[in-house]
Amino acid sequence: MLKITNLHAKVEDTPILNGINLEVAPGEIHAIMGPNGSGKSTLAQVLAGHSAFTVTEGTAHYEGQDLLAMNPEDRAREGVFLAFQYPVEIPGVNSAYFLRTGLNEIRRHRNEEEVDAYDFLSLIRDKMKLVEMDESLLKRSVNEGFSGGEKKRHEVLQMAVLEPRLAILDETDSGLDIDALRVVANGVNTLHTPVNSAIIVTHYQRLLEYIVPDYVHVLMGGRIVRSGGKELALQLEEKGYDWIREEDADAEIATVKSAGA
Amino acid sequence: MSKHSDTMNAYVTAFDDFEATLNGGATSALHAKRREGIAHLRQDGLPTARFEAWRHTNPAPLTSTCYAPIERPGQITAAEIAPFVAANVDGPLLVFTDGSFSHELSRIDALPAGVRIHALSTTADGEQESLVANLASRTTLAESAGFSALNTAFMRDGAVITIDDNCRLDTPVQILHVNTGQPGLTTPRVLLRCGADSEVTVVESFAATTAGAGTLTSSVAEITVGARANVEYHRIHLHGDESFHTGSVHVTEQEGSRFTGHTFCLAGRILREDVHTVLCGENIESTLNGLSLPHGEDHVDNYTTIEHAAPNCSSHELYKGVLGGRAHSVFRGKIHVHRVAQKTDAYQSNQNLLMSDDAEINSKPQLEIYADDVKCSHGSTTGQLDADALFYLRTRGIGLQEARRVLTQAFAGELVDRVQHDGVRAHVDTLVAARLAILLGHQGGA
Repeated sequence: MLKITNLHAKVEDTPILNGINLEVAPGEIHAIMGPNGSGKSTLAQVLAGHSAFTVTEGTAHYEGQDLLAMNPEDRAREGVFLAFQYPVEIPGVNSAYFLRTGLNEIRRHRNEEEVDAYDFLSLIRDKMKLVEMDESLLKRSVNEGFSGGEKKRHEVLQMAVLEPRLAILDETDSGLDIDALRVVANGVNTLHTPVNSAIIVTHYQRLLEYIVPDYVHVLMGGRIVRSGGKELALQLEEKGYDWIREEDADAEIATVKSAGA
Repeated sequence: MSKHSDTMNAYVTAFDDFEATLNGGATSALHAKRREGIAHLRQDGLPTARFEAWRHTNPAPLTSTCYAPIERPGQITAAEIAPFVAANVDGPLLVFTDGSFSHELSRIDALPAGVRIHALSTTADGEQESLVANLASRTTLAESAGFSALNTAFMRDGAVITIDDNCRLDTPVQILHVNTGQPGLTTPRVLLRCGADSEVTVVESFAATTAGAGTLTSSVAEITVGARANVEYHRIHLHGDESFHTGSVHVTEQEGSRFTGHTFCLAGRILREDVHTVLCGENIESTLNGLSLPHGEDHVDNYTTIEHAAPNCSSHELYKGVLGGRAHSVFRGKIHVHRVAQKTDAYQSNQNLLMSDDAEINSKPQLEIYADDVKCSHGSTTGQLDADALFYLRTRGIGLQEARRVLTQAFAGELVDRVQHDGVRAHVDTLVAARLAILLGHQGGA
């Protein structure tokens, strides 16, 4: 579904992604872990189409299409969804109106029937139960006055409504207590099908106890330096990111030695 | 300079001509007031670009020619004025076409006791005299004196609304001044007097059915708010795209009263609005809200003065602008706190959204504080749409153009939401959305 080849990206003059290779097939859950500054969020935002980042090399193909050539709304209409790490507050824009408008844009694109305000409310009620969100929050402006946990649950609610094929969760677990984490994870798991996929960007292993990944990748210095199964996450939990740095350093020394020998 | 005196001479001649047509009317109290107006006009003159108050709004297009007062109103139907009137809102409606009161289009049904609404021209002579005595022949602010004197000199008619003590009108009063496109001068006039403990909502709208090239509207509204009265007053400007307007709104507020003024500058090539409120008693709450949506070559100038002349009052001012094309918006907000006005609480905010590179803002707060125990805060921001918010909307499938529309509507919406009456708010919402669509439509591109 998603094939990223040698992706390089920078923000202003600073290179952040230095050659990312990643393939995600339908139904798979991939976790991307890494220390702060490794480029995890940048990868998520580049895939969603944030204009602050410039792709300098490489490609990303989504369902056979050139993802990087698409503007953000077209990526969303084609089924890419980004759950933000820091969802922005938008005073004056009603939450229900915002989500219904997005949903209808996506439905129109898929040649599906649009939903009116009334039907939207019935549609969203079940989904709100899934993320344990109070209906009253829908009457507020987008994310305005939402607590950290409410904002993250609102992201998962949007995911539930828009039904993306590729969901990218950018540190959705950051700032959450254990209960909110459970709710978010439960939401993501419930929405998961053999046909859609998820990329879960996370700093800590904790979330991955609830959302079990098929693959774990470690991002450091803008590159994926390790890939493995879910056990890799546990190893990182035990040994920390330095363990990988040391192993790589040792490997480099060994390479130099053998080249010199 | 000589062009200026040519204009003055032309107005004096026009006045003499006008007077000659009056016959018996020339001896009325109303006409005596007009004479005061023309005398003040000759004395004060019309503003020039050298007046500090007109620094960013060159008055030359308004003063370099004489705008002949429109004598005969054009034809207009109820269907044509419908878009300018709040739908599904009961209540009195006074319509003035090219400055003349229209019986056919107006409606004044049975009013509760203590509420009197009429056009100046339809009041009995005796009553007219006392009413006219209440009219100022020129405003107290020298900066706009010339134009308000011009209004008084050529007053053809006006709307008079009186609410007695302890009386209230639950339905809004709508006053509509509509121009049919005849070139020349119209001088709309409103007198609103609210007794102690009274309540009323008034909507004064200016509209046009053509672009109105060659038209000048010089309007004056005088409002007295009695002790503990509650008054909501709206001015909606939907002039022709090529027309000029200058207006003066004067409000005196007595103790314990609540006054909220809403100014919506939605269309007009040059739109100048002077608002002056004087807080004369204690515990007054006075609010001025304003929204301007200039685009293309439009020029809007909101010139406000809030005078705290008594202690323990609070004033709140929020003016926002959304600018497109090569529009120019000017805001000057003066807060004058008299020495006796201790414990004044004044808040002022001017926020502007620039939707194009060529739009321009001049924003100037002016605090003149003579008391020492006061709270006065003011702020001004000018910027573009929040890029993060735009991106957020787009990642949910909302296209760039629609996302800009949603965010701009949200920005302007804060002022629409401040309109208390549901029907009036719905009406304003429709007008604002329509004008924003035009403004954004002309922006194009990303």
